[in-house]
Amino acid sequence: MIEGARWRKWVFFYVPMALFLLFLLFPFYWMVITSVRPDGELYRPWNSSNYNPFWTWKPTWDHVRYLFEETLFASWLWNTTFIALASTAISLVCGVFAGYALSRLNFPFAGSLGTAIFITYLVPQTLLFIPLAEIIRNYRLGDTPWSLILTYPTFLIPFCTWIMMGYFKAVPKELEECARIDGASRWQAMLYIVIPVAVPGILSAGIFAFTLSWNEFIYALVFLSSPEQKTVPVGVTSELIRGDVFYWGPLMAGALLGSIPVAIAYSFFVEHYVAGLTGSVKG
Amino acid sequence: MGQVVLKGINKFFDSVHAVKDVNLQIRDKEFMVFVGPSGCGKTTTLRMIAGLEAISSGDISIDGNVVNELAPMDRDIAMVFQNYALYPHMTVYDNMAFGLKMRKFEKPEIDKRVLEAAEILGIGELLQRRPRQLSGGQRQRVALGRAIVRHPRVFLFDEPLSNLDAKLRVQMRVELKKLHLRLGTTAIYVTHDQVEAMTLGDRVVVMKDGVVQQVGEPLELYNQPANKFVAGFIGSPAMNFAAVTVTEANGSLIAENSGLRIRLPDETAQRLRGHIGRELMLGVRPEDLTVAGSADLGHPCFDAVIEVVEQLGSEILLDMKVGESIMVASVEPTARVRVGDKLRVAMRPSRLHVFDAQTEAAI
Repeated sequence: MIEGARWRKWVFFYVPMALFLLFLLFPFYWMVITSVRPDGELYRPWNSSNYNPFWTWKPTWDHVRYLFEETLFASWLWNTTFIALASTAISLVCGVFAGYALSRLNFPFAGSLGTAIFITYLVPQTLLFIPLAEIIRNYRLGDTPWSLILTYPTFLIPFCTWIMMGYFKAVPKELEECARIDGASRWQAMLYIVIPVAVPGILSAGIFAFTLSWNEFIYALVFLSSPEQKTVPVGVTSELIRGDVFYWGPLMAGALLGSIPVAIAYSFFVEHYVAGLTGSVKG
Repeated sequence: MGQVVLKGINKFFDSVHAVKDVNLQIRDKEFMVFVGPSGCGKTTTLRMIAGLEAISSGDISIDGNVVNELAPMDRDIAMVFQNYALYPHMTVYDNMAFGLKMRKFEKPEIDKRVLEAAEILGIGELLQRRPRQLSGGQRQRVALGRAIVRHPRVFLFDEPLSNLDAKLRVQMRVELKKLHLRLGTTAIYVTHDQVEAMTLGDRVVVMKDGVVQQVGEPLELYNQPANKFVAGFIGSPAMNFAAVTVTEANGSLIAENSGLRIRLPDETAQRLRGHIGRELMLGVRPEDLTVAGSADLGHPCFDAVIEVVEQLGSEILLDMKVGESIMVASVEPTARVRVGDKLRVAMRPSRLHVFDAQTEAAI
């Protein structure tokens, strides 16, 4: 904290902090206010006498109702949830095992293999979707959730592996050695000792992987075509922008509802688990 | 039973020869301490006995069975680590029960053994706590408890006290000793602290650069060090050394260097007959040096100038300049000395150590 007179605290801490927060939260505010504003206000010209973009006196649920009644938003939500959970689960399992192997088992080229895995994460999706589309087509997976559940791990597994590698390296190797002297096999030592200790790391990898797949756009746009198969980001943008007409109310309501699960995942897990699993070693 | 035999043990880490041809017999019920400076190979040796490190060559046997290829879990040993390595997500009870559960013991037996160990170590009230709610000393006890419940053939300790503060360390040292007397299990204990080695060990192995320098009972190491390294490592403050040349004058042997000229006592002279004219290393412990008085008539004496006076209460340490070199003497707390004083210092003739200047072996 900044020491000294109170005005210094205000000038150098509270005011910049407030400005920063304002800047950061404004898009969310805009999203919320647009999603509850009646159409009459949304499409009012800027120079009309009662133009008031930052507030509304007549909030409405019309846009949300429109989303659920006139579009397939409910199926998009379900699709996104299913796809995100499934691909996160696959990637976490692979990432945990790969991360453990790369950080703990001494085998030739472990180091360079780790780097190679990370490099695959750096290949941009905007290039990768072209060959992947070919593969998806050959296996006749196009327009099914599996086209995404199986392609998202191409960037999620390297990501999870990398996070878990770092996490496993931080777990003292004596814990595992002690377990092995205590009578655990390598597998049991990993299952009963190393993985429980690494739970905070697994959770953070999981949250990030979930968010990445929840928000993923380009693969979903390319691999899914029928409206009832779409995910939230693709469905909202493709079904609620018709030609050059933007249905701002439902668009923003869709964006808002789409971001709530991610926000819940963050606040719930971060608060609950990431803190306080230390103190095994040293005194 | 718990007899451990190391035969021709070597360990290479890539091109580094970390442990060189170690041969040792650790007897049943013995408390064996490995001591040496860091990097001397003592921990590596312990880890090889535990099975955590592969042996490059040689044989390790426990109770007559070669265990080279056995996994750690099959060697019937228990190990206490320097950082305790308590499982952070388990309670104290579960920490101690883990090894028994892994070995498929019955629930009542696990219960009995854990409570028994908790009783011995005085951690009965802590059983439901988690490691992070414990103090350093308590964690140490839990780590010990986890080893005790297994009733192994051999305990392995890897510097278990080095994370504790000085006072607690002394306390735990005494408890470890008591525990060993009570349980009678063979213990192999690694430390870099020579005081721990001297106080705990039935026998002590001094290692340096992967080579065993000497094996023996604590007082044997103290009184008859095999070489200059052991002499300097065991004992605090460390032994004083002076490089001297031995000459013969009037039928007796004289050791001298630029600031020192002493007549060697007869028994020492006997051993040095063959070394006349050679460079030798003279060693004398601080407590074997006294301010010369009438009682020291006939003892070897030399002149010194006091540079630093360290009052310890029970004794006074004098840092003295003797010719070119510095020597430390530990004298009675009643001695009246000041910085700058010129002194005549006597050494106890029977306590003189002599080492070969080249090989550093004791003569």
